[in-house]
Amino acid sequence: MRPDEVTNMAHGNAAAGHGDHHRPPKGVMRWLTTTNHKDIGTMYLVFSLAMFLIGGVMALLIRAELFQPGLQLVDPGFYNQLTTVHALVMVFGAVMPATVGLANWMIPLQIGAADMALPRMNLFSFWLLFFAFVLLISTFFVPGGAPAAGWTLYPPLVLQTGNAFPMAIFAIHLMGASSIMGAINVIVTIVNMRAPGMTLLKMPLFSWSWLITAYLLIAVMPVFAGGVTMLLTDYYFHTSFFNAAGGGDPVLFQHVFWFFGHPEVYIMILPAFGIVSEIIPTFSRKPIFGYEAMVYAIASIAFLSFIVWAHHMFTVGMPLAGQLFFTLSTMLIAVPTGVKVFNWTTTMWRGSLSFEPPMLFALAFLFLFTIGGFSGLMLAIVPADFQYHDTYFVVAHFHYVLVPGAVFGIMAAVYYWLPKWTGHMYDMNIAKWHFWLTAIFVNVLFFPQHFLGLAGMQRRIPDYPTQFTDWNMVSSIGGFGFGLSQLLFVWLIIRCVKGGQRATAGVWDWPHGLEWTVPSPAPYHTFEKSPELH
Amino acid sequence: MAQDKQTGQYYFPHGSRLPFFGSASLFVLMAGAAATLNGASIGVWVLGVGFLLLCALFFFWFGEVIRENQAGALFYARQLSVPWLGGDGAKAVTGLLWPDFEASWPSNGPGALSPRDNGSYEIIPAFGLPAINTALLLTSGLTITIAHHAMKMGNRGMLKIFLALTFLLGFTFLGVQAHEYGEAYREHGLQLGTGIYGSTFFMLTGFHGLHVTVGAIMLVVIWLRCMKGHFTPHQHFAFEAVAWYWHFVDVVWLGLCRGSASSWQALHRDRRQYRRGQDRADAIPVPALRHQAVLRAKRPESLPRGLLR
Ligand code: HEM
Ligand SMILES: [Cu+2]
Repeated sequence: MRPDEVTNMAHGNAAAGHGDHHRPPKGVMRWLTTTNHKDIGTMYLVFSLAMFLIGGVMALLIRAELFQPGLQLVDPGFYNQLTTVHALVMVFGAVMPATVGLANWMIPLQIGAADMALPRMNLFSFWLLFFAFVLLISTFFVPGGAPAAGWTLYPPLVLQTGNAFPMAIFAIHLMGASSIMGAINVIVTIVNMRAPGMTLLKMPLFSWSWLITAYLLIAVMPVFAGGVTMLLTDYYFHTSFFNAAGGGDPVLFQHVFWFFGHPEVYIMILPAFGIVSEIIPTFSRKPIFGYEAMVYAIASIAFLSFIVWAHHMFTVGMPLAGQLFFTLSTMLIAVPTGVKVFNWTTTMWRGSLSFEPPMLFALAFLFLFTIGGFSGLMLAIVPADFQYHDTYFVVAHFHYVLVPGAVFGIMAAVYYWLPKWTGHMYDMNIAKWHFWLTAIFVNVLFFPQHFLGLAGMQRRIPDYPTQFTDWNMVSSIGGFGFGLSQLLFVWLIIRCVKGGQRATAGVWDWPHGLEWTVPSPAPYHTFEKSPELH
Repeated sequence: MAQDKQTGQYYFPHGSRLPFFGSASLFVLMAGAAATLNGASIGVWVLGVGFLLLCALFFFWFGEVIRENQAGALFYARQLSVPWLGGDGAKAVTGLLWPDFEASWPSNGPGALSPRDNGSYEIIPAFGLPAINTALLLTSGLTITIAHHAMKMGNRGMLKIFLALTFLLGFTFLGVQAHEYGEAYREHGLQLGTGIYGSTFFMLTGFHGLHVTVGAIMLVVIWLRCMKGHFTPHQHFAFEAVAWYWHFVDVVWLGLCRGSASSWQALHRDRRQYRRGQDRADAIPVPALRHQAVLRAKRPESLPRGLLR
């Protein structure tokens, strides 16, 4: 909602006292049967946090092994399982479900709808995700161990997977079904259930970013599912899609994977863009600069994300025209991304800034995500990429866009909306400690990986030549610092759920948008009658 | 979720055990499938249980939706138009980015897997059974439209007849398809393992057939509901949704026909080129050459089966 157009909105309509109808059942049945968007949003968020911790433990094992050259803790096969499953867990279990949880909680509140449009399907998509991860993580305990060919699952290497092979593929099918259902739900909700007067171009930017993300999901999840299905039939049913001996081509898999994979990285970052676009105006006490440009920028990024995939495949070999095209289309994404970065900056220009935890995370996002964007630009240059590809430089790049990018965006959102969810203010001191420790350690963790990569250290290996020792040690120390700091986050959330100073409806000094018109905590049902917008 | 037009109040479905039940049954199904593929003997049983649970899920889930609908909960959907992409424009892109890309099916697949000693196979001709099948599906598109008009006119008799005709045509299509598969396997030497052509052919038509099966079952359900007197000339969204789905499998089939026709051409062009192929090799830029070389490599006499499992 553009704040200049707001607000009032249907005071009290959402207040408690709507009688007892639809009170949730008590105990575990509540979570097994609920169709309420807030309950489901909570489940997604808690699930995501759990996966963040599980994936984090894997990352720490990796960093512990890399602390010194030589093989100390884990054997190389298990190391590869760790890197593979770490990535799958973080991408599909931590980042994506967190943004889906936020969508569930906030989209209905932001557009003045009573719930998501398809509540039962909503619950279905959550539980599918849960079982997908039961299946995926159980692969650690089957003969042959978990998948170890990297999250990109390239054949023919991936065909060496043991009994985990079909399990991982079916887990991906379940995740895909879950994501598609979630995406359909978001689209149907936004298209059909906006409150009267909430035109598309008045919609808050977080909802906008999710509308576009949902289209990306629907477009690419089937591609990924198709790709892994072809792997499955190649392995068990004698098809030849990726088998050169039968006229197929293993490179085809890379095309299919990255046609999914590049839009996938934007599926993870666009909601974070939306979050930052909500937070920066609030704490600058100014409407977002260039609202419509922000919408068009997201849309153009989404479109461009479909035509850049082969920048992951420069070293596979392609004609000069292909190299030029994919370099230029990739660099083109920097234009709408630049529009966003400049608009966020301009929003703060002459604003009256304050630095509450959500704003701190949003600002860190702004700086650190941009570093990731710059290293991306370097990688888009073909001759340079020949050097960087499959080194720690790439690892540094995508961790900068994903951790201080997507993950900081999610943390900013949690700090922004937690009082609305729980009805309590959280402990600002712990939050600030959490922020500063996280922001410092994330750089100690990932910045040295740029140097390692430039010096030629390969990714996905448990051992390395001794000249890489120093920066690996620094990076590992950063990793453990980062990981331990997250315990503060967990503790803060638990304390905030349990109690704390009561939060007002507006929570922040300059709230804008429908979600701040309902009391905190948001009642079980909100906007049973559409709010009036003025 | 639906909104009552008069009061502006939303209808909330109550909590439901079905989503959890459904996810659990899919989990059982998938775990069973994985166990089967891994060669565990209980795998099939788990798979079977999972399948039954899934059938039960559909039964309960749609039963619930139908009951709610009969009780007057009004679900509404605005129609979204989907802009279709693709078509011939895609070729221009391929021409620019991968100028030497050729759709080619030079190999019949590993000899060890091929049913014939020399590994040869024939493809299914586009005329004959496939043409008949196309006619069947197109006709079913027509009959369902007639049924829809009958529904709108309130002519229940015609509705039931033409709806029944639609799914009968659908099932006939499936029967013909099964027959064709049999012929391909036994007489043409064309199997799933017969190189990339067999893989593509059976995967595309097979998944299409799966969708036709699902669509036909949905039509049967709608027909049974018509027999029970559900729907009115103005309220029959379930019918419309199924009709959309049916048209969708129709359209996909036409796409498949066109695709297989052009791959048929490619195959023939390719057989000629394959013979001439080698002397064109030096015109191909190096990275492309690498792939082409793999593609064009002679079929190994026999490939150890283990490589493919
Ligand atoms: C200005 C924007 C960006 C550019 C120009 C860019 C460019 C690139 C390039 C060229 C590569 C391939 C490097 C190689 O493997 O040699 C790459 C890898 C990667 N990028 Fe980006 N990128 C951008 C933004 C992002 C964002 C926003 C994300 C995620 C939120 C992201 C996630 C990744 C990931 C996950 C990989 C590595 C995948 C893998 O090989 O495992 N990138 N990027
Ligand atoms: Cu990319």
